[in-house]
Amino acid sequence: MKLVVTGILLAGGFAVLPLFTERNDLLNLGVQIFLAIVLAQSWNIVGGYAGQINLGHAAFFGLGALTTRMLWVGDVPLVLSLLAGALVATAFGCLIGVPAFRLRGAYFAIGTLGLAEILRITIGNLLPEISTIRVAELASYDILPRYYLTLTLAVLCVAAVALLVPSRVGLGIRAVREDEAAAEASGVSALRHKLLALAVSTAFAGLAGGAFAYYHVSYYPQHTFSPIWTFDAVLMSFVGGVGTVHGPVLGALFYVILKEVLALQWVEFHLIIFGVLFMLVVLFLPGGLVEAWKRARQAIARSR
Amino acid sequence: MGKLFTTYYLLLATFKMILTQQLILGLLVGGLYGLAAAGLSLTFGVLRVLNVAHGELLMVGGYATFWLFTLWEIDPFLSLLGVGPAMFVLGLLLYAVLFRFVVRADEEARIKNSLLIGFGLTLVLHALAIQLWTADERAVTTAYSGAVLRLGPIAIPLLRLSSLLFAFAILAALHLFLARTRWGRAIRATAEDWEAAALMGIPVGRTYLLAFALGTALAGIAGGLVSISYSISPSIGMEWTLKALIVIVLAGLGSLFGSFAGGILLGLAESMSVVFLGGPYREVVGLMLFLLVLLVRPQGLFGTRP
Repeated sequence: MKLVVTGILLAGGFAVLPLFTERNDLLNLGVQIFLAIVLAQSWNIVGGYAGQINLGHAAFFGLGALTTRMLWVGDVPLVLSLLAGALVATAFGCLIGVPAFRLRGAYFAIGTLGLAEILRITIGNLLPEISTIRVAELASYDILPRYYLTLTLAVLCVAAVALLVPSRVGLGIRAVREDEAAAEASGVSALRHKLLALAVSTAFAGLAGGAFAYYHVSYYPQHTFSPIWTFDAVLMSFVGGVGTVHGPVLGALFYVILKEVLALQWVEFHLIIFGVLFMLVVLFLPGGLVEAWKRARQAIARSR
Repeated sequence: MGKLFTTYYLLLATFKMILTQQLILGLLVGGLYGLAAAGLSLTFGVLRVLNVAHGELLMVGGYATFWLFTLWEIDPFLSLLGVGPAMFVLGLLLYAVLFRFVVRADEEARIKNSLLIGFGLTLVLHALAIQLWTADERAVTTAYSGAVLRLGPIAIPLLRLSSLLFAFAILAALHLFLARTRWGRAIRATAEDWEAAALMGIPVGRTYLLAFALGTALAGIAGGLVSISYSISPSIGMEWTLKALIVIVLAGLGSLFGSFAGGILLGLAESMSVVFLGGPYREVVGLMLFLLVLLVRPQGLFGTRP
């Protein structure tokens, strides 16, 4: 309950922020945080709750970005373009999900990585030109709609996961993660639940990509397929606390702000810090920052 | 009519020449794929850990060779004799700090955790390399870098040929070590069945340490050869990890020369794709093969179904 209230307060705070400041850098930082939250949380559905390390998340982000950008630049209304992006990403997810989920553990991870790389290289070959929004759009470019769109997506994504997890389907997904054979024996179809998790995950990844396409003025289409998007999502989820609703949100906030603070002196330094934190979490603290916070509070409570 | 035939035969001859030239280049790069894969296959086969930072270790070895040459003009092939042992020590350290904690888990968790640890290491090494050495592409350029061996219209870059031979020699030496020495036997026994090996009195922990360090040294030497014959940059890691994984998936685990042959096979497949599909799709062909084999053998590389 406390977490829900905190979440609503946080979202509300972000929603009224533009009333108090017109600083573009702050609003841009907001967009990056919201995109990061969607990216991390959507990865968390498959990587955390279903327990399948998907290293091809960037493919869905990229497909969403590509579809939305093409339609939107071609005069299709924004909302429709975004939905189409999500649809394409989900369709691709379901298409590759069936064969990919035959792979176990690490093989699923390297298989999805290989698949995303194939897509990245192919897109780079087919669309080598930089993609820029139309001149008319450029003249009237306003950060505010981007800010509110990405904020809405972040809230929707977190809410969707929060609602999904305690539901029957959510329980099934977690049961499959804990013990696939036992889940199957209790009548929970492993493949169906994994596919469902992947469908939700890829839909939000596609939406995040679409929002990126709406937000960024010009970029190379190949960039949205870069493994960086996957790696960021994995780092944020794990360091925040994989397999929890609030972990990825915390991880995303921490990651983007740290990146922003450090970028002034050392461009890649946040990756070194997060890489080390990530390894520590994997080895010694599987619950991430969320777990660390809980333990710290328990320790304080006990010492009183 | 006669003129058409002449043109046809001329084109055919040119095509044959291009094909031969590409196949030779594929063979030469394939040897390095094989060397990179042999190191990964050693750690994978013995420790059952999947170190996806293998390509980054290769990159570090490449930079070591590059700087030894650039700063002190040490001949790159000579410096490899020092880079190899230095990377061995780095492997000891990495095992002691990171992978030691991973091998305690049961098999499935072990592979998954090692993948995550390797992933973290990948990001850290990549970011460190950019900080230390910038994102520029580098290559060792010696006085004899441009030398080629000419066989009629076909040119064989001497440096790449020497790299291939060097890679083969390293693998042969390692093969002798594994086949003939006490520690080599310990490594092979542990790879086959670590529990039985432990019961026979083999110190499994130290065998793991040795195998991991050897794998790291192999990555480092492969990286040195890459910096001599091709070029290196901080971001080559993932590409080389994928190449090594593709070779392992194609050739299976457990044989050094199998990895070498698998590497050459991948090199040849890539050069065929360059001729028939064009250069940009070179990487895609290997990855496609990789996914196909994975799908046919979803149980993984050890041949046993869970």
